[in-house]
Amino acid sequence: MEKLKKITSNHLFLPLFALCLLLVFNAFATPGFFTIEFQNGQLFGRIIDILNRASILVILSMGMTFVIATGGIDISQGSVIAISGAVCCYLIGGNGDGTANMPLPVACLVAVLVCAVCGVWNGFLVSKLKIQPMVATLILMTAGRGIAMLITEGQNITVYYKPFTYIGGSLPGSPLPTTIYIAAIMVLFVVFIQKKTSVGLFVQAVGINSNAARRTGLKVSAIIFMVYVFSGVCAGIAGLMESSMIAAADPNNAGLNMEMDAILSVALGGTLLSGGKFYVGGSIIGAITIQTMTTTLYALGVSSEQLPVYKALVVILICLLQSEKFKNILEKRAVEKAVKQG
Amino acid sequence: MTMRGICKYFPGVRALEKVDFTLRAGEVHALVGENGAGKSTLIKVLTGVYGKDAGEITMEGKAISPSSPLEAMKCGISTVYQEVNLCPNLTVAENIFIGREPKKAGRIDWKTINRRAAELLATLNLNIDVTKTLDSYSVAVQQMIAIARAVDVDAKVLILDEPTSSLDEEETQRLFDVVRKLKAQGLGIVFVSHFLDQIYELCDQVTVLRNGELIGEYEVAALPRVELISKMIGKELGDIQSMGKNENFGTDEILIEADGISAFGRIQDFDLQIHKGEVVGFAGLLGSGRTETAELLSGVAKPEKGTLRMSGKDVHFASPLDAMQHKIGFCPEDRKIQGIIGDLTVRENIIIGLQAKKGMWNHISMKEQEKIADQYIKLLQIKVSSPEQLIRNLSGGNQQKAIIARWLVTQPDLLILDEPTRGIDIGTKTEIQKMVIQLAREQHMSIIFISSEIDEMTRTCTRLVVLRDRRKVAELTGADINSDKVMSAIAGGV
Amino acid sequence: MKNLTGIKNRIVGSRYFSFGITLTLFVVLYAVGMMNYRGFLKPQVFCNLLIDNAALIIATIGITFVLLIGGIDISIGSVVALTCMTSAKLLAETGMPALLVILLVLVMGCVFGLIQGWLITEFNMQPFIVTLAGQFFARGMTAIISRDTIVIEDPLYTSLASARIYILPGGFISVGVIIALAALVIGTLVLKFTRFGRNIYALGGNETSAQLMGLPTKRTKISAYVVCGFCSALAGVVYSLIMLSGYPLHAVSMEMDAIASSVIGGTLMTGGVAFLPGTLLGVMIQGIIQTFITFQGTLSAWWTRIIIALLLCLFIVIQAIVSRSRQRLNSEH
Repeated sequence: MEKLKKITSNHLFLPLFALCLLLVFNAFATPGFFTIEFQNGQLFGRIIDILNRASILVILSMGMTFVIATGGIDISQGSVIAISGAVCCYLIGGNGDGTANMPLPVACLVAVLVCAVCGVWNGFLVSKLKIQPMVATLILMTAGRGIAMLITEGQNITVYYKPFTYIGGSLPGSPLPTTIYIAAIMVLFVVFIQKKTSVGLFVQAVGINSNAARRTGLKVSAIIFMVYVFSGVCAGIAGLMESSMIAAADPNNAGLNMEMDAILSVALGGTLLSGGKFYVGGSIIGAITIQTMTTTLYALGVSSEQLPVYKALVVILICLLQSEKFKNILEKRAVEKAVKQG
Repeated sequence: MTMRGICKYFPGVRALEKVDFTLRAGEVHALVGENGAGKSTLIKVLTGVYGKDAGEITMEGKAISPSSPLEAMKCGISTVYQEVNLCPNLTVAENIFIGREPKKAGRIDWKTINRRAAELLATLNLNIDVTKTLDSYSVAVQQMIAIARAVDVDAKVLILDEPTSSLDEEETQRLFDVVRKLKAQGLGIVFVSHFLDQIYELCDQVTVLRNGELIGEYEVAALPRVELISKMIGKELGDIQSMGKNENFGTDEILIEADGISAFGRIQDFDLQIHKGEVVGFAGLLGSGRTETAELLSGVAKPEKGTLRMSGKDVHFASPLDAMQHKIGFCPEDRKIQGIIGDLTVRENIIIGLQAKKGMWNHISMKEQEKIADQYIKLLQIKVSSPEQLIRNLSGGNQQKAIIARWLVTQPDLLILDEPTRGIDIGTKTEIQKMVIQLAREQHMSIIFISSEIDEMTRTCTRLVVLRDRRKVAELTGADINSDKVMSAIAGGV
Repeated sequence: MKNLTGIKNRIVGSRYFSFGITLTLFVVLYAVGMMNYRGFLKPQVFCNLLIDNAALIIATIGITFVLLIGGIDISIGSVVALTCMTSAKLLAETGMPALLVILLVLVMGCVFGLIQGWLITEFNMQPFIVTLAGQFFARGMTAIISRDTIVIEDPLYTSLASARIYILPGGFISVGVIIALAALVIGTLVLKFTRFGRNIYALGGNETSAQLMGLPTKRTKISAYVVCGFCSALAGVVYSLIMLSGYPLHAVSMEMDAIASSVIGGTLMTGGVAFLPGTLLGVMIQGIIQTFITFQGTLSAWWTRIIIALLLCLFIVIQAIVSRSRQRLNSEH
């Protein structure tokens, strides 16, 4: 009993449990779910598909994790994704002959830099002007798609330059999609930061008690500033992947509601939305779980417009599980049951 | 009104154990005790914020059991809390009447509200524009408004919870006038305060609590001050004086020098020299400027005028980190809000100061962290199940030690301790006092010691700076450091 | 010099400070419009501002109640869409009388708000997250009811939709505007002259205080969300009078426009301060910007979003600065 409790109280339990449940369900409901085929030097299969799509969410949710850990939230991520795609596609240009106006690496770098600037803006509003994070990022959320439109001059730019599609697709000769590599690199980067620097400790300290953190000598505004910039960069990278997948910039729909999925992944991963202790590992598994759920629901014939209903139910469920009061009610029930059984 | 055998338990804590409390009409009754004695719990039980686990409350002979502040109010029990609990965005008049607004033809009658509010405040000698929002008035006025609200609900019992802690002398006197007036009207008033002077000035009876237990009820006039203190802290007179005095006066070397530093609403024209290895006390009432001065010295706040010099050079601290780089540490007054980072482990709480000083990218290895944490846990005898225990699960005293450890790890030249012994048990208190003396003597650390307990300061400090009304009013050394001298300096008659 | 800062402080400290800014902004924008485009001189252009934004006015009233208690509700746009879709579906397939349908969707809106408010207060959940789930849920349900447009052909709806009420020589308004203005008047009166209204202000000013003063905080909080749910549904009814259809992508991100209008109209996002007539001006300012862009002709519609975001940003920053200087004012006493 004790052991069971220890397992269930681990922060990784919930996302892993949900993931297993989904996988088991799929094993029966979706024929060929676990089949992976090797064709033309590439791996194909639903699992690969999920991982490919989840990579974007993994990157986003890592950015979001740090922001939420400081007690903030960044709801502009979706709009920043649109900006990133717009900048990159604009720089490469929609030349019908498949040439690029600007070398791909430069275009990508500029796009990510622009997104970092978006993060700087958010960070400035939150850390310097002390505006509530949700309100501060709401501004960019509202304006972001307009800015993306401004860049693309109101159209969807379709890119015919072949190498651009490698980011969201596969490099020639690689068995796995590039997105998975990028996500893996980002994960390694975050793991390195966690292990070899005190970023994690400082971010948590700010999220738990920013007053005490300042008095202990932490540069609280600088730390808050930093996490928003990081979130912007993550959204920028995610935006490149997303627009590369469709080989176009779509200011209206790119990354639409992605910030919500990212928040959901973080919450599912065991990080409290009120800030403090955070679990990047949990967020990563959370992201994969959310993507699996999405794919599963699609496979069951749920349309993309109807999908939000199920996500809404998951959000409420997770929040209920995080709520102290709900926990208390559950515990009371358990105790009563135990008493009845003697 | 009487309370009999009140018990209240929190998980793992016995907050109140069989406490009795009797309040007669037309009396001002002081409720005293150290932090954690159960004063606020008793008040919260009385006002229905907490339910009681045992005992009964009677009001004019009838048993009552309020389960919310509103019910308590209906029973005739009103409370004015330490922090003014009104709404800053509403008008003065509305703050007095909200929840029971007079109505006319189904809608709120603003004219009557404003008129009655002005009348009511006039009876308390307060003539202000009641249609302005509350946040355009000072805390003292807000306090009066809170009292007006409390009284106007036909209160029979008025509870004043630390009402004077943010008022100056003149405002306090005005408040006292109001309290006396209400007393003459036959109200029973409960006065919670840690200012003994005020209790002797205002109150008729005093009930003393300690560790959640009732020590006794006494007539104020018949109880000498020293005895009251000994009842509060649970030590006899002899005990208090038994511990040795600090005889270490520090070296000649000046560590830091403040020249006329001022900041609005904090302190005016403050001069001080601190020598290496001495223990300087800041004495004065809460709000006298003692914490505020410490904050200026440690970079928490910036002085508007004046200079700070360290070893001959002017220094400016833009942040606490700046001060830390100059080897100054400030262990703040409010442990919970300003000190501990609750959800982090004891180890993390201990090393975070040093880590902050080193910077984010210069990570202290886990091994090193564990070594440091173990060393200081042993050194300060912090009682933990493991260094990985969350700090919020420690007792107050052990939390305090961990915070002190955090600062000692940064190896400061000047350590500022603001109320380090507040709300912790007597044993730990003595330990901390001994440690202060030891640090000064053996490591030549300079220490600024701030405390409300004068005895504690007379024992540990070799020099006492007395502050009143945000100014330095006296500096005592040697034989001048004794309770009488300090008290009279604080009171204003050196 | 001291006198000057005194005057400045008094202006900044005044309760109608931000209303003044909004009013000035509105007048200036309208004057600029009149100078540049002859169209602005026509009374109907002014009336069209009201007609086009009737639903938004109602939604803004709802969000203002929620913002006042320091909460937020981002489910508004989706609830509007759900209301339109439900009405359309019921009218098209059940032959229910139109008035009953309207009553039903209004009740649905209240229940929606009630559930959100209950989750937020009972389990201490963050309003943003709960109403986010609400947004997902309502939008998804709309799509589940139908993924395609359902046209409303009910005679009552069509006649209401085409009714013209002349208020100015050469200027008429719609039934929706009457409903919106009535809602505004009722909302203003409720906030000023009922205990519920005052409790909402108190709650937004300081929740602990409100509780200690014996106010029914929980009930008030839930009620604010119910009011918002009701207003969303009412906005949905008015919106369906304009669109005469149900469609899953109706009123996307209307909540953002409502929040922006409310804030531009002087509502403090931290709660406790709002003036409903001001929020009407907030809506109108957005309308003017839209009209500008239409008249200008060459700018595309997304400029509206950028400008509104800029305005929102401006007002939020002003609020941040004002509240800080107020705090300083306080500490100087």
